[in-house]
Amino acid sequence: MNTPKERIGVYICHCGTNISAVVDVEDVAQWAANKLEHKGVVIARDHKFMCSSLGQELVENDIKELGLTRVVVAACSPHLHEKTFRTACERAGLNPYLCELVSIREQVSWVHSDKVVATQKSKAIVSSGVERLIYHEALEQLSVPINPATLVVGGGIAGIQATLELADAGSPVYLVEREPSIGGHMAQFDKTFPTLDCSACILTPKMVDVGIHPNITLLTWAEVEQVNGYVGNFDVTVRQKARKVITDLCTGCGICIEKCPKNVLDDIYEVGMNYRKAVYTPFPQAVPNYPVMDLDNCIYFDTGKCKACEKFCPTNAIDFEQEDEMLKFQVGNIILATGFDLFDARKMSNYGYGRLENVFNSLEFERMCNASGPTEGEIVLRDGVTTPKAVGIIHCVGSRDKSHNAYCSSICCMQSLKFAHLVEERTGAHVYNFYIDIRTPGKGYDEFYNRIVEEGTHFVRGKVAEVTNAARQPDEKKKLIIQVEDTLIGKQRRIPVDMVILSAGLEPRHDAKEVAKLFGISCSADGWYIEKHPKLDPVATMTDGVYIAGCVQGPKDIPASIAQGAAAAARVQGKIQQGEMLMEPIRASIIEEQCSGCRICNDLCPYNAILYHDATMTSEINAALCQGCGTCIAACPAGAVIGTSYSNEQVLAQIEGLLMDVSV
Amino acid sequence: MTEKSNFEPTIIGFTCNWCSYRAADLAGIARIQYPANIRLVRLMCSGRLDPTFVLKAFAEGADGVMITGCHPGECHYLEQNYKALRRYLLLRRTLVAMGIEAERLHLAWASAAEGIQLAREITEMVERVRVLGPLNWHLNGDQVQITHDATAELEVVA
Amino acid sequence: MSKYLYYPGCSMEGSGKAYHNSLMPVCEKIGLELQEIDDWNCCGATEYLGINKIPAYALIGRNLALAEAQSNGAQDIVAPCSACYLNLTKIDSYMAKKNGVDELINDALSAGGLSYEPGQLGIHHLLDLIVYEIGLDTVKEKVVRPLTGLRVAPYIGCMAPRYDYAKRWSDSEHPLELDWLLGALGAEVVDYPLKTHCCGGHMPQIGPDTAYELIHRLVDYAEEVKTDIMVAVCPMCQMNIDAYQNETNQHLGTKHKMPIVFFTQLMGLAFGMRERDLGFGSELVSAKEAIQKIGSEVPKKKRKKKDKFALPMPHPLGNGILKNGTNGKELILPTEGRARGGRA
Repeated sequence: MNTPKERIGVYICHCGTNISAVVDVEDVAQWAANKLEHKGVVIARDHKFMCSSLGQELVENDIKELGLTRVVVAACSPHLHEKTFRTACERAGLNPYLCELVSIREQVSWVHSDKVVATQKSKAIVSSGVERLIYHEALEQLSVPINPATLVVGGGIAGIQATLELADAGSPVYLVEREPSIGGHMAQFDKTFPTLDCSACILTPKMVDVGIHPNITLLTWAEVEQVNGYVGNFDVTVRQKARKVITDLCTGCGICIEKCPKNVLDDIYEVGMNYRKAVYTPFPQAVPNYPVMDLDNCIYFDTGKCKACEKFCPTNAIDFEQEDEMLKFQVGNIILATGFDLFDARKMSNYGYGRLENVFNSLEFERMCNASGPTEGEIVLRDGVTTPKAVGIIHCVGSRDKSHNAYCSSICCMQSLKFAHLVEERTGAHVYNFYIDIRTPGKGYDEFYNRIVEEGTHFVRGKVAEVTNAARQPDEKKKLIIQVEDTLIGKQRRIPVDMVILSAGLEPRHDAKEVAKLFGISCSADGWYIEKHPKLDPVATMTDGVYIAGCVQGPKDIPASIAQGAAAAARVQGKIQQGEMLMEPIRASIIEEQCSGCRICNDLCPYNAILYHDATMTSEINAALCQGCGTCIAACPAGAVIGTSYSNEQVLAQIEGLLMDVSV
Repeated sequence: MTEKSNFEPTIIGFTCNWCSYRAADLAGIARIQYPANIRLVRLMCSGRLDPTFVLKAFAEGADGVMITGCHPGECHYLEQNYKALRRYLLLRRTLVAMGIEAERLHLAWASAAEGIQLAREITEMVERVRVLGPLNWHLNGDQVQITHDATAELEVVA
Repeated sequence: MSKYLYYPGCSMEGSGKAYHNSLMPVCEKIGLELQEIDDWNCCGATEYLGINKIPAYALIGRNLALAEAQSNGAQDIVAPCSACYLNLTKIDSYMAKKNGVDELINDALSAGGLSYEPGQLGIHHLLDLIVYEIGLDTVKEKVVRPLTGLRVAPYIGCMAPRYDYAKRWSDSEHPLELDWLLGALGAEVVDYPLKTHCCGGHMPQIGPDTAYELIHRLVDYAEEVKTDIMVAVCPMCQMNIDAYQNETNQHLGTKHKMPIVFFTQLMGLAFGMRERDLGFGSELVSAKEAIQKIGSEVPKKKRKKKDKFALPMPHPLGNGILKNGTNGKELILPTEGRARGGRA
């Protein structure tokens, strides 16, 4: 037997009892010391917590004292602690890429329960790590310059906050919003819980700041069409939809809106509760304040006649010939804050939304409460005049319901309590809250709940079966009857009310999947965007340089959205200040002497990173464009393409290790 | 019958760093139990899967091989999982020609959110291979040796 | 002529005779050729499933197996009775799960030399077949005597749309297929929010008090909204409301007198067929007064003027939902496909 050329240290982690409860870690360590000695293992230890400073020091000391040239740690997933151990090795003077972390927690102890089998599998995994490690090379991280500009997608409160933080720190920001104005859902609300601040009063100043900030390029009525490139250097293409209004000339005087003869039901901002014109700004405080033209409803685009807006515009800012424009620019990082859609309550037809006229959803009710809304803040029935005497508020509509969304939408309890207060305050009506559980875990939230209880709102614990207009008793005539099992008294109840408000849950945007694809990130099974780590890294994603903030990551209220917007901005600003970014050195390259110039690899590369040289009749990989997927390595018939970190030798050796006989 | 049901197959699973490996992590975090017969290899992308890897696994004693990757259209590297799909289909045909049942090679898509689905795929794969019985390619018939140095060289030693 | 395998079910030979007698000529008229499954047996209704599951499943499975074996050319099966329809779709869906139930059922069936592979047959209720496969346009073309002025309550019952295993209905809580069909016949369809509420099923036999209360609720609301006649799609619903209405009156001291007939009977009337060919007269609460209204001129009701303060209603979901909230008079007929609860 040849003398092994490497000196390898093997470390098995107990992870408290997370691993050691199922895997006999001492046995694995002992086995590695004996059976893998011929591969070069000179020391094998186990430790309670390898990731602790004591565990890391253990590795560092062994490197120094035993002259280790390779280190295998068997512990949790490399996605969690690979960096920890690589850094430890680096501190002890060993190239970090000569360290391998293999997972015996996520892949063994947490998913298997038979101790014998789990221990055997752990041995196989350790052996595969050792085999693979022998072929590791010392590598240096690649450095990429970071473009200081940032793209923020979505002009709701999370996007606004992120934009302002970055702009105030001196970095250029492009804020792209699909609607004519920024503001998002928050601009539709009247009051915010639990302080009952006026939503517009706290949002509008921020919107104005965005509009006038010298570092912000605000692109509303625009959508991102294409994103190419990678962290540090994204190439972005944005479609600026034709406003048919020349923004340089428009003063925002609003005469065109006044003169436009066409009324259109506003499905977006007014959620179908009020009308706007065919040329419009969604609301008076809109930023920017230039109107847009709704081509589907404009009389001129329909019949070829009208042009009232053009006739009356004092600055000749109307341009019917204006076309969509493609804007191209480069950014170093991207923050996605595209928000949520409201659950479509018509899907729960037993609640009668869309069929029974006095059933409203939460956004409709927000608009009704809003002083600039369709009723100027008056709470009335659908007829527009009658004040309700009894109002039922149903929680968890489309949330915590396996037939629709299993998750809790997190804001609806507080929102329903706020509604209860507003109804009580403005109409004096009896208010019934139908809830499954009341969830008020925020600062000052439970106090708000107690306040609403004291105000006299009725709380009925039970999931509402049905809202119906089919009366059984004389006092139910002309009412909406809420049929519910009151689980606290164990009885079926029928409660007649005049108005029902459905606290509909939050859902991912209907096009969230396509948007995720555009930016190369992934969605959870529910459709929310997946963060890099649910606890430790809630605003980064698996894709370097793409961050998420606000409801796009999951339902959350205004303070949490703002916190995430600021957090994402801080992460980006940190990268910008570094000026360059280090990247994993996982790249492919071609050995020119072995390349036959067959060009099979050329077409396989999705980044066009492989160039063919006519003169030498060989191909070459541009390391700056290569992302390290390794498809070309697998395809080269001559074995001329080689890759770092996942070379053929490494993978083949790893397979050998995994299939080693561990029963002896 | 009894002999077969006692048989514990060994499966090698190739995973993509961005989706199925994370799905395996997620299965762990959620403590979703699946048979210990599978041993995973992490690649950066299912497109990295050299067909040699699969043959190597069979040659070293695996009874089944699973290839996993991002769902079509969700590849981290845009479209490389389609290349894995091509190779998979070709490999199945090649394996049959080599006397290996095509069912011993299985392709499954699993996104980073699909821990439960991945665990189910693994469980089903183990049961399928259990029914097929041991392969013993490394013991029976020709000795197949796949070397480290030359990529696609397949030396068949009589 | 579209050809379908026909599974009548036991009721059609007894209490649901009017249904059977009316659907035959109606189906012929709209181009539905029904080929009765040879040697079919009882579906077990609702009771047997509660007693012994596997034999009950196998009883239903046998009908599916027979249908599959006899399905040369005609791949779909149609059941006019909601209980039969529910049982057939339920067992087909249970078997498709392949969790061992399919094997138990096929084991039992093998004793009779039969077997069934789930998913092989399309399973329809007669109503969904007429609305979606024949189409309301075809139905409208055949109408010679529109049911103008007849106020009908579309009562679909619970078993056809709930649970919707075969995904046939616009909404399992508030399906509108019967509304659309009756609208296509020219009837004035009342908004009937109890359309999928329970008729009592077999409660008249085992818990009459409960049954009377349920029947009372259905009929009372129908009277409340000035219904001339209720319309059923299931023999059990029709029988409970028709046959037990008198007992309900005696028990609760009410004076209900609400006729209920099958939708195929009204289709036949609209197609100009003779009453006695459609099973009229077999109902216990007489439909005479109600159907006398057809053909007579009813003055057109003035449309309610839109109140200038009124707030607009949300858009309807998909095709063909009531256009105007509660007044329930204006119906938009589905133009293509079916109204599914997708994202707006």
